Amino acid sequence: MKTKSILATGVLASASMLLSACGGGESTGIEPKEMADALHSVMEADRTVYTRLIVNRLVKEEKVIKASEHWKDEQALVLPAQMFRYGAERVAEKGAAFSYSLLSSWPVNKQNKPKTDVEVKGLKFIEENPGKNFYGEEKLGDTTYFTAVYPDVAVAPACVSCHNGHKDTPRTDFKIGDVMGGVVIRIPVKS
Amino acid sequence: MQLTGDDKTVFLPGETTHGHHQIEMACAACHTDPLGGGEVLQEACMNCHGAELKVADDSHPKSKFTDPRNADRVAKLDARQCITCHTEHRPEITNAMGVTVSDDVCYVCHSDIADDRPSHAGMEFDTCASAGCHNFHDNRGLYEDFLIKHLHEPANLASQSVPATSEKSVLLSLAHYPIDRYPARKLSLKERDAPVSVRDDAKIAHDWFDTAHSEAGVNCTACHEVTDETSNVSWIDNPDYTVCLTCHKQQVEGFLAGKHGMRLAQDLSPMTPAMAKIPMHKDAANKELNCVSCHKAHRFDTQYASVDACLGCHTDEHSKQYKGSPHFTLWQKELNGTGKPNSGISCATCHLPASETKVGDKLYVHSQHNQNDNLRPNEKMLRSVCMSCHGLEFAIDALADRDLINTNFNGKPGIHVESLDLAEKRKREADKRGVEGM
Ligand code: HEC
Repeated sequence: MKTKSILATGVLASASMLLSACGGGESTGIEPKEMADALHSVMEADRTVYTRLIVNRLVKEEKVIKASEHWKDEQALVLPAQMFRYGAERVAEKGAAFSYSLLSSWPVNKQNKPKTDVEVKGLKFIEENPGKNFYGEEKLGDTTYFTAVYPDVAVAPACVSCHNGHKDTPRTDFKIGDVMGGVVIRIPVKS
Repeated sequence: MQLTGDDKTVFLPGETTHGHHQIEMACAACHTDPLGGGEVLQEACMNCHGAELKVADDSHPKSKFTDPRNADRVAKLDARQCITCHTEHRPEITNAMGVTVSDDVCYVCHSDIADDRPSHAGMEFDTCASAGCHNFHDNRGLYEDFLIKHLHEPANLASQSVPATSEKSVLLSLAHYPIDRYPARKLSLKERDAPVSVRDDAKIAHDWFDTAHSEAGVNCTACHEVTDETSNVSWIDNPDYTVCLTCHKQQVEGFLAGKHGMRLAQDLSPMTPAMAKIPMHKDAANKELNCVSCHKAHRFDTQYASVDACLGCHTDEHSKQYKGSPHFTLWQKELNGTGKPNSGISCATCHLPASETKVGDKLYVHSQHNQNDNLRPNEKMLRSVCMSCHGLEFAIDALADRDLINTNFNGKPGIHVESLDLAEKRKREADKRGVEGM
């Protein structure tokens, strides 16, 4: 893994700035794993904040608004998973080299079930090893990716009640603290 | 290849689709760079169709397919590019709506749909998008929770009226409206400012005086005087759409985006019925389409523009049957005062429906002048039109019934689309499991 370098130079520049700000010193590059971990820490923080401060508070505690997949029609809050996906789509539209998605072995939306071998293996690993991440490499199309899978945990009561109660969920016994799925981050690398 | 010369017919690689044939001589509308490949074409597609796809909440946006986890799917069907499914100039493989892949293309990605939806086991993949249940892009009126919300509605809703367009005062308050040049004040006949040489026509004078333009302080020269690059002001007898655009921006932009005005938008001669690929009256063949061809200069009669203007050219089966339809009866009732306001259904009610545009912080409801906006697939009409008066199930069935469309909805649907039944069945099963949602 040490020999891999990241293809995306724009991302590289901002990521290495991030590194030197943390005292990374004279680094000439950044390892894909470090970059994925850094990206994930931002994603996870934003996702938790949105769920706790917006969705859980307004929907479950103060009960002033609903959260709905059809937020436009229902004049409701965007679901946490949609918030995450719309962010990922914007990143993709801007032409960033890395990409990310939110998957689960028990998906409400069947398009979110693991598909590639690394996704299947990675999700299984994070479900069986709470607190651990999974790192792998895969070739999709013509490109080789460093692929990281991070546990997505039920951080608020809203996560659990909404999923357990959804008509399309294949699993109805999620509890607070459970790994509900995983965040998958892909960074293209030279193979 | 020279794409900027005069006669480019020889360069046409094959007959152009219904959607683009009008502008096929404006090669550069799509081939903006003669050397450009896929991305150049893609940009051209999005220039004209991008905004409507966004509004339609496109179910298959490009961003779904740029994700590397879909690389295997993209290898089979490159849904990042419009032209993968909508190739131009290939009449031999072009199906309805300009689709040039086989009708069962959904199979490429959704072959395992029956695992998720057992009710779909055994359904043929060429029926996904043709049976009235799904569309590739626009599913705003078809998604499952929407169907559930509208279960068991009566065919005719208790209250039947279509949305009203904004009061004139809203137009006058919009940012683009030149209220400083034309302060809103009723002008008198005496005040009309046409030059003496054209002042004698009493009919023109009265048409102007009796209608909205004189009401709003818009004098003759407002439309008939144009200023050229050297600031020379001159009188023109026949103002074109660019003049109307000054005030009626949303309407003219819609017109230019649709089949009536898309030639003008490309600086080609105006559309004429002779160029159309659908049935038109022979004696109308050489009428030119611009704002006043439907709106009749000086009178600007929206009632005429809503029915008789259309029927002056269109003579397909659906148009020919309109005056025998229940919708026309309602239109007549509204006009003769026995029907409530906005209860009449003209051609324009459905094909140029009231549509909301956010202008600054204002909501402006105007007639959508792109008559193609909700035309195909026709389920686009469900929410923008049909559901103002009809239950969803009845409307879905009616739109799926080609024979009924040909009679201009004179009768009941002879086809039943199962989608609401399936949605209800799944809801019942979920209710039984005690699922309630949040
Ligand atoms: C109000 C309902 C609601 C809440 C609250 C909610 N989810 Fe979801 N979640 C959904 C729906 C619906 C989807 C499917 C969205 C899509 O992709 O269309 C989804 C998708 C997901 C996915 C992707 C796999 C799948 O099921 O499709 C994961 C993982 C997930 N949610 C975890 C969480 C976690 C963790 C929380 C709390 C931080 C949470 N969700 C909060 C409704 C909810």
